Amino acid sequence: MNIIVCVKHVPETAEADIKIDSEEKSIELSGLVFDINEWDNYALEEAVLLKEKHGGTVTAITVGSEDSESTLRKCLARGSDKAIRLTDKRFEESDSYAIAKILHSVIKNLPFDLILTGVQADDVGYAMVGPILAGLLGIPHATMVKKIELSDGASKVNRELEGGLEEVVELKLPALFSIQTGINEPRYVSIMGIRKAMQKEIKVLSLGDLELNKNDVGVAGSWIKIEKIYVPPAEKQTEYIEGSPEEVATKIIEIIKSRGLI
Amino acid sequence: MAEHRRGDLRDITHEMLSKGRELAEKNGASLTALLLGHDIKGFASKLTDQANEVWVVDDLRLKNFNAEAYQRILSSLITEYKPLLTLIGHTAFGVDLAPRLAIELGIPLTTDCLDIDFEGGVLSVIRQMYGGKVNAEALLKEAESYIVTIRPAAFEAKEGEPLGGEIVDVASSLKEDVKNKKFIEYVEPSVGDVDVTAAEIIIAIGRGIKDKDNITLVQELADALGGVLACSRPIVDKEWLPKDRQVGTSGKTVKPKLYIAMGISGAFQHVAGMKSSDLVFVVNKDAKAPFFSVADYGVINDMFKIVPALKNKIYEIKTIT
Repeated sequence: MNIIVCVKHVPETAEADIKIDSEEKSIELSGLVFDINEWDNYALEEAVLLKEKHGGTVTAITVGSEDSESTLRKCLARGSDKAIRLTDKRFEESDSYAIAKILHSVIKNLPFDLILTGVQADDVGYAMVGPILAGLLGIPHATMVKKIELSDGASKVNRELEGGLEEVVELKLPALFSIQTGINEPRYVSIMGIRKAMQKEIKVLSLGDLELNKNDVGVAGSWIKIEKIYVPPAEKQTEYIEGSPEEVATKIIEIIKSRGLI
Repeated sequence: MAEHRRGDLRDITHEMLSKGRELAEKNGASLTALLLGHDIKGFASKLTDQANEVWVVDDLRLKNFNAEAYQRILSSLITEYKPLLTLIGHTAFGVDLAPRLAIELGIPLTTDCLDIDFEGGVLSVIRQMYGGKVNAEALLKEAESYIVTIRPAAFEAKEGEPLGGEIVDVASSLKEDVKNKKFIEYVEPSVGDVDVTAAEIIIAIGRGIKDKDNITLVQELADALGGVLACSRPIVDKEWLPKDRQVGTSGKTVKPKLYIAMGISGAFQHVAGMKSSDLVFVVNKDAKAPFFSVADYGVINDMFKIVPALKNKIYEIKTIT
């Protein structure tokens, strides 16, 4: 069982104070902590679990800058056997479509039975790369996967639908699954794992190594171009309660009481 | 593309038709509702007021949603009729279908949109990034046809003058059986001890809780208020609380009289499940948490300072009375 996991190196923004840069096309990235995309973290763990059960190899692959090396090291430390970094200035501003083309140009020449991606990326959240890549490769896919069972040449997966409902779908292998969070419990990196990972080689490729030209990637090879970003307008007139925790608590209780809820 | 599941049209269908109608009127286009399924005449007659035409493709193999089967039919229809715009829900179904459809047809796609408009023939959209902390205005590459997936509840399903659309039967273009992807069955969500959808008071926790052991603190507050404890997705992903406590698109939809969110950033998927709450308090130490924008009252402070203070206050009141 050869498994390829596509990962992305993203800034952690859930609890960070983010600022829009002066050109209003991006946020200020300096000062932010980068890590593996949360969905990809579950995808990587699932790949390693499947390898442990069925044997084979796991290859982690990313499109990103030199900095994304740390995310690949993490993948290697957590059980990935190989890692490939696709880095080129001309890949910048690629949208999901262009990223999928870049990944495709490499993956099509690799042996694989299964490709795992996260459902979406923390930063841009299109949820497109996985199914587009499957389309380019001409292999079956399932998105939002919460459970995988593999048998000879076939797979059975649970897809997460709305309201807690799931659907079970059968697909032929090779296939691509986009993985939903919560499918497993990602392991912590062991010291041994980190040591071993430091010795593994990360293969680095750029545009010249791929069967693509510069019009296939970056803005020219993309469908989507960001024109402007801004802080979303508030939907409600929010009243902010200030003061010490005691003062805040007193005010909250007053409001709740006035509504007859206590 | 109309969306339905297990005998019901889904809300996103009406929301897309409402926005589609507005765009069609503005651009001198006509609006078609496309229904794929089996034995779906009932749905068709429900949609005639909301579209200029309702196209029905009836095929036993379309009984349950299947992205592969849907893609084949949609790609042949889009190739033949070249619609200016195809709208698909950004739902579990749409996410499985739209990207691959776009790549097969070579039609630009963008996803999870909150708004769409045409600017001189080019499609312009608004969507969110960084968990809802930022809105982005984006343009699609100029093309004759576009595909967009629409975020659920982004548009209100407005009732306009009935359009009296005609129902058109369209022959299924599925020549052979779908081989690569087969629907097997639905798996129902598990039923737990507490029904959060029936609760009048909900205290909800998110990532900000940090550790499983801290949950007791908030549970005590919920008990003191006579409410129930609920949560956002990361808490269930970590298995700190059971799935039936999860509020949001992939969990429960709640409408309590009081909703207090502690340490939840307010990703759209969570907010979609509690938007109809009467009174909303949001406590978060991150002043830029998107949740504040839908709160009646906001507290920019550490939940671990506010929770004990609230609990003490309630105990005080209870001892007096």
